[in-house]
Amino acid sequence: MDTYYRPDDLGRFADMGQGSKDLWDRFMSYYSAVFAEGVLTEREKALIALGVAHAVQCPYCIDATTQACLEKGSNVEEMTEAVHVACAIRGGASLVHGVQMRNVAQKLSM
Amino acid sequence: MRVGLTLQARHNPLASAAEQLRILSAPNGFRPFHETMEAAGLHPLLATGIRVFQINVGKLCNQTCAHCHVDAGPDRTETMTPETAELCLRALERTGIPTVDITGGAPELSPVFGRLVEGATALGRHVTDRCNLTVLLLPSQAGLGEFLARRRVEIIASLPYYRAAQTDAQRGEGVFGKSLEALRRLNALGYGRPGSGLVLDLVYNPVGAFLPPRQEEVEAHFKRELERHHGVVFNRLFTLTNMPISRFLEFLLRTGNYEGYMERLANAFNPAAASGVMCRHTLSVGWDGALHDCDFNQMLGLATGFGAPLHVRDFDPGRLDGRRIVTGNHCYGCTAGAGSSCGGSITP
Repeated sequence: MDTYYRPDDLGRFADMGQGSKDLWDRFMSYYSAVFAEGVLTEREKALIALGVAHAVQCPYCIDATTQACLEKGSNVEEMTEAVHVACAIRGGASLVHGVQMRNVAQKLSM
Repeated sequence: MRVGLTLQARHNPLASAAEQLRILSAPNGFRPFHETMEAAGLHPLLATGIRVFQINVGKLCNQTCAHCHVDAGPDRTETMTPETAELCLRALERTGIPTVDITGGAPELSPVFGRLVEGATALGRHVTDRCNLTVLLLPSQAGLGEFLARRRVEIIASLPYYRAAQTDAQRGEGVFGKSLEALRRLNALGYGRPGSGLVLDLVYNPVGAFLPPRQEEVEAHFKRELERHHGVVFNRLFTLTNMPISRFLEFLLRTGNYEGYMERLANAFNPAAASGVMCRHTLSVGWDGALHDCDFNQMLGLATGFGAPLHVRDFDPGRLDGRRIVTGNHCYGCTAGAGSSCGGSITP
């Protein structure tokens, strides 16, 4: 294996059903239900998924959700904003922990 | 408006239908179309009568869109003669086919366009014009919109996206702005306005190697965005899948997207869409009068087969209504996802 991440592996996702078909089927059923039109549109859900894919930094998810966003009618400008939302939340998550730093520093300092 | 070169003008090997068929029929990562149809119980595919008489009047166009399945452009000279146009009208006269769909190229640039519109409407047929919009602004086409409105011709106009970047990437720099101007002129004539009876539909094609969105959802987006930002209204939006032939095939191969796109189409095969494909109720007539099962087959040089008449002069509804359709791997383009036809998606 020359690399942990291989683009072809995305197409082999269903191989995961071979170890435990029941759990795979339940996951896929749930997955399909999540992305079906609900209170949110399929297009909105695809944009959320794209943002999450960047937050978890999964190349398979980025590949799949980018295609999904385009196939739901989104454009690159909208998709870029979704990535910035993920970026802002990740950055904010680091920054808000600065309060913890301040708390500790305050307690230790004179 | 920037206009590029056709495959033919570039002497690209893909200008040849035989070369396209060679690539499409070569073993690849997807199952051959006829095997998929067999597995779905849909082989052989048979026509169910003719409801749409589609006439492709020629390949001349004032644009060279990146996805064009015709390889149309300003340098193309193939065009229907008045004699062939009369043969089309004579064939129509013998049937009750309700719809005549005129396409190209930019069909309005053909010398026989006006005659076909007048002849078909005089026969009481509903006429649709597949319009690229910018043709309406050409000085040589002054009065075209008024002519179409007088004849109550339904306009089916290409607009792949409601933003300039995407539209211009597919159809040429500056096309979006000119398309909006043409749409405003059509709206001023009553096209797309409630109660006018003048129908204006838009056609969405993906701007790249992916499937179209759900038709109802993207139509709602188009309506909101075009009205809010540009004051433009229209009736319906049709989503069409890009067919992996001609200039779109060249794009797929040049960008390394061919295999992935074909797999995407094949994996998204939808039996319900396959049983409703437009070729089952359409007859396609070429600029030279040759008969085909659809406009895509026409561009690949695939004539009607299995003993059906080959030329409009031999038009015989009895031998065409239930004919066997000629298929190939490109047909995955019409059967993927919600399906694709000249009237948009096939299934909800």
